[in-house]
Amino acid sequence: MYPFPGSAPVPEEKLKKFRRGVKGELYKLRDVVIRSEAASDLAQKQNARYDLMLPEDAGFLEGDEDEDTCTISQDDIVDAVDITAGAKYFNLTLSQFGPYRLDYSKTGRHLLLGGRRGHVTCLDWQSKQLMCEMNVMETVNDVKWLHSEALFAVAQKKWLYIYDNKGIELHCIRKFNDVLRMQFLPYHFLLATASATGFLQYLDVSVGKEVVAICTKAGRLDVMAHNPHNAIIHLGHSNGTVTLWTPNQREPLVKMLCHQGGVRSVAVDKTGTYMVTSGMDKKLKVYDIRAYRPLQSYFLPAGASCLSLSQRGLLSAATGDIVQVYRDVWGIPVTKPYMAHRAKGSVWGVHFCPFEDVLGVGHGEGFTSMVVPGAGEPNFDGLDANPYRSAKQRQEWEVKALLEKIQPELIGLDPSQLSQVDHSTWEQRHEDRVQVLGFDPLAKEKFTPRLKTKGRSSSGKVEKRKKQVAHEDQRIDKERKEKEKKKAAAAGQKSALDRFRK
Amino acid sequence: MVSPKIFGNVLSGRCKRNQQTHFRQIRADIALNIRNPDDYVRETKLDIQRVPRNYDPSLHPFEVPREYTRALNATKLERVFAKPFLASLDGHRDGVNCMAKHPKSLSTMLSGSCDGELKVWNLTKRECVRTLQAHEGFVRGMVVRFCGTSFFTVGDDKTIKQWKMETPGYGEEEEPLNTILGKSVFTSIDHHQKEGVFVTCGQQVDIWDEQRSSPIRSFSWGVDSFSCVRFNPVETELLASCASDRSIVLYDMREATPLKKVIMSMRSNTLCWNPMEAYHFTCSNEDYNLYTYDMRYLDKPFTVHMDHVSAVLDVDYSPTGKEFVSASFDKTIRIFPKDSGHSREVYHTKRMQHVISIKWSSDNKYILSASDEMNIRLWKANAAEKLGLLAPREKAAVNYSQKLKEKFQHHPQIRRISHHRHLPKSIYSQTKELRVMKEARRRKERNVRKHSKPGSMPVVTEKEKHVVTVVK
Repeated sequence: MYPFPGSAPVPEEKLKKFRRGVKGELYKLRDVVIRSEAASDLAQKQNARYDLMLPEDAGFLEGDEDEDTCTISQDDIVDAVDITAGAKYFNLTLSQFGPYRLDYSKTGRHLLLGGRRGHVTCLDWQSKQLMCEMNVMETVNDVKWLHSEALFAVAQKKWLYIYDNKGIELHCIRKFNDVLRMQFLPYHFLLATASATGFLQYLDVSVGKEVVAICTKAGRLDVMAHNPHNAIIHLGHSNGTVTLWTPNQREPLVKMLCHQGGVRSVAVDKTGTYMVTSGMDKKLKVYDIRAYRPLQSYFLPAGASCLSLSQRGLLSAATGDIVQVYRDVWGIPVTKPYMAHRAKGSVWGVHFCPFEDVLGVGHGEGFTSMVVPGAGEPNFDGLDANPYRSAKQRQEWEVKALLEKIQPELIGLDPSQLSQVDHSTWEQRHEDRVQVLGFDPLAKEKFTPRLKTKGRSSSGKVEKRKKQVAHEDQRIDKERKEKEKKKAAAAGQKSALDRFRK
Repeated sequence: MVSPKIFGNVLSGRCKRNQQTHFRQIRADIALNIRNPDDYVRETKLDIQRVPRNYDPSLHPFEVPREYTRALNATKLERVFAKPFLASLDGHRDGVNCMAKHPKSLSTMLSGSCDGELKVWNLTKRECVRTLQAHEGFVRGMVVRFCGTSFFTVGDDKTIKQWKMETPGYGEEEEPLNTILGKSVFTSIDHHQKEGVFVTCGQQVDIWDEQRSSPIRSFSWGVDSFSCVRFNPVETELLASCASDRSIVLYDMREATPLKKVIMSMRSNTLCWNPMEAYHFTCSNEDYNLYTYDMRYLDKPFTVHMDHVSAVLDVDYSPTGKEFVSASFDKTIRIFPKDSGHSREVYHTKRMQHVISIKWSSDNKYILSASDEMNIRLWKANAAEKLGLLAPREKAAVNYSQKLKEKFQHHPQIRRISHHRHLPKSIYSQTKELRVMKEARRRKERNVRKHSKPGSMPVVTEKEKHVVTVVK
């Protein structure tokens, strides 16, 4: 019926994207392992096939042969695309209340702005509908959305305040004083705050308790980022080091010397593979976080004060009042930016919007929303962060998210540590068991040759039989290795009759 | 689902290169990711919500810790919903001695008591539909014929009686279809799966044909009494019996003499064949353990199941063959997986005294226990299971939780919660005492081995310890 029998082949790179874990070699429980690996392979193929059918495509910006994409201005882009897309570029002129810090909610629909002189406002930026606007009458250091668009946290001059999205003050947390920067870990419901006194504190926003207050002894902490892949907090210090923290330890997990001056900004990508840092030595460095190796180092004429990484790997670096966007900084060394824009005032905060091709810039004269084609992930997952969710869906999502809230004890460098085989515990338990029993229950019994009649069991013959078996262990391993080699060779060989084989 | 990208259409946001428009020359290929809200929001309030999916692992971080948290929650909820006791059927006037399942009807059950009374129960209405005085003295054993129209009972008055399954009409007397008088007391009866043949045991094992009034074959092997005999449900010509000389004897109906026997250290009370595996049977022993044997290799048991603190009186397999339930003199019921050395579940009640007989219902859902205090209790086989019809989403959620619990069952926190059971004080303290005794025995053995010539004291595994010998 069909010209090509069986199911369509799936490209290898797509398959690799959905591979989890490594195929291990276990000879015990072999059939269990084979069955579960078969199920996992099927899941991998189904995922890869579904991936090819996703409805939306990412945006793109391609210049002509003689043209640099960084010379294309926002107005040109707005003219080239339709009205709804053009509405994503807008400016909010708020020159009274100081440079603005911003945060987008996890779904990308709601925007929170905090001006230094106390102006705090939250709005649905796509429909330009204002949710609340107030002046807290104090210095605002940072603003952050909590798990949904219902609550946000404002780090004011002295203490940490939590507000409702209507502007009602819900909590004033005095334990968290002099907070300079905040990061929210969505799957743990933890708000991590870095203070001017050198304390890194974690607040569980679902129960309202402080989980841990770590004295970092590293002075003023005003550079903070979090790794979305494993919930580790990255702090940048004035001696050029970047330290990695979990709530389970009083000491940093890792200390990396990144720059020769102070560190000005840190950003980590969503897969937890790359970290981009910028320092006072006017350098922009890219590191592989999994192996702690430096990958690239770029020189910027005036160092970048704010960094942000988008979902698709675009990096925005802000210097003074210029914002530059670079594409693919960790691959082939980048020579020129992808896009550039001059903001109306000196830039105080940049943040990519989660599922949109938009970069939000908070500066001295207010807020600018820039269009950056190809920044946001085009296909969102409806069960995780759905920008089009109704109130009912949000309530259901919130309940489920709270039920599967991860305990802070599970935060570590490798999030999949729970699924690894725990060899050390097994060995410890085995040793204890041997001690209790007095013998090793798993030890192989010594070979005793069977008693044979008619003189075949004389001591000399018995010794001969024992010798034959003496190298049996090594022989079994050798045979197994040869079998594997043959299998691998046979799999690689192609014969002319392969096209008839199903 | 795929929104068409019409090349050259300005509305979709893409522009052709060098397209001369009225106002200006468009210089580049630019497109933005634009979503049409109509594709993502439902049309009317009566529709269900649209949930587009993207299975990219980077959009779903922390897979393993989230699954672990869900497994922990599922384990805790299972303990919350673990309420296995369903009903108690009372009506007997003396301790209930034996029970029989109906092969064709799930709601019918028979029970015989120590004063010779026999009751037929309807389990859906949980009431007794028929009572008859079967024997003078104990009703020792009963079995329903494979067709389901009649059943056999044996009692202390040395008789085998066959009764009709239907309730007699108005005015009719309760009369057995057939009565066979024997020479000695019969202690147990079992019926063949397909033919009209049944077997009884007492002083010897007799095979009877339903049409004859004397046994067609008798087996004996120098033993004076047998306590239990069972036909193999898969290999229907094989039988096994428990004898009072602490042995289990295997027979083939077609042969003239018994096949072989295994002698253990203590006597077995009853045995039950695995309905799915042809060779395996489990016997309940007086030394508080149950032993599963492979019929072909009787020199050591396949598994030793240890958890009871007093003699085990009865055992029955689940129809899936994966688990069995055991009733013990220590007033508890335990459910064991077929290949595990320890029980997965224990049921007890303050009002339930020594459990004499136990049955696992044929739909794998319920367990019936008959005890000394004249009550038959109906329990759920899975304590946390929701009975009745489940909606498809409920079923999917149950399956998902089940798989999660299985995946993370070895993690210490989850294991601690899922293994936790409340035990009556007497059983808890008795378990501790037995553990201390076992530890002392082991320590002494270890010391002897340490201080004697290496190799002079061979290692005897737990399985080998309980079998004395195999006789062919």
